[in-house]
Amino acid sequence: MRLEYFQMIDKVLTLDLEARTLKTANIVPDESPIFEGHFPGHPLLPGVLLFEIMAQSCGMLLLRLHNYDRMAFLASVDKGKLRTFVTPGQVIEVDARMEHDGSGYARLKAEGRVEGKLVCNADITLKTMPFPAPELRGYLLSTAERIGMPMEPPAVAGAASACSGTLSHV
Amino acid sequence: MSTTFETVANIIAETCDIPRENITPESHAIDDLGIDSLDFLDIAFAIDKAFGIKLPLESWTQEVNEGKATTEQYFVLKNLCARIDELIAAKTA
Repeated sequence: MRLEYFQMIDKVLTLDLEARTLKTANIVPDESPIFEGHFPGHPLLPGVLLFEIMAQSCGMLLLRLHNYDRMAFLASVDKGKLRTFVTPGQVIEVDARMEHDGSGYARLKAEGRVEGKLVCNADITLKTMPFPAPELRGYLLSTAERIGMPMEPPAVAGAASACSGTLSHV
Repeated sequence: MSTTFETVANIIAETCDIPRENITPESHAIDDLGIDSLDFLDIAFAIDKAFGIKLPLESWTQEVNEGKATTEQYFVLKNLCARIDELIAAKTA
């Protein structure tokens, strides 16, 4: 996790295209200027960043489902819960699940856990649209590669494939 | 139509905290009820889920922006409900 670059996701753990789910690992750094102010002597990952981690996990799932032909922007966070403190060095595993892939938007559910304990959850709405700049798509593709997003093509009917499910499109 | 309208009106009332009695078939979602694009995403989500459809918001928006349609065609509630009924009929055909 590179907080100063808003690079929250470190690794993709699992992707299931058929179930439309993604699990990510997000490692809170041991040190960051953020912890100097939040809070002195009691460093905590700010709650807004927990929402950002969930939103980015949802966004990476949506981009993968759409084969990176659309960008996703955070539109709303509903039923957001911050259940316990998250501290430097902890690993947050986020489960993102597509609930509804609408026209120009998508609704997803996200849950974050540390050592199996639920620390945060929310319903995330993402607004989707064509990439406003080609370099943004390139950045997201390089991010997907960095975090180890499975990029195999969709399974061909009747053929064995390591990648389950199919891509969906608006 | 009446069932569709009742469902849509109740969704709007609950989602946007608008008194149900203020919502009529002639209401324009944007001009009369003051619903903005973000709130309409929540409404669209609820409608999609309630009727098992996918409102084509992107194509509607594109048509309006290109002058091929008016907002009244899609956002006056009686017209919106007619579009919903068409989508339901197309799904079950």
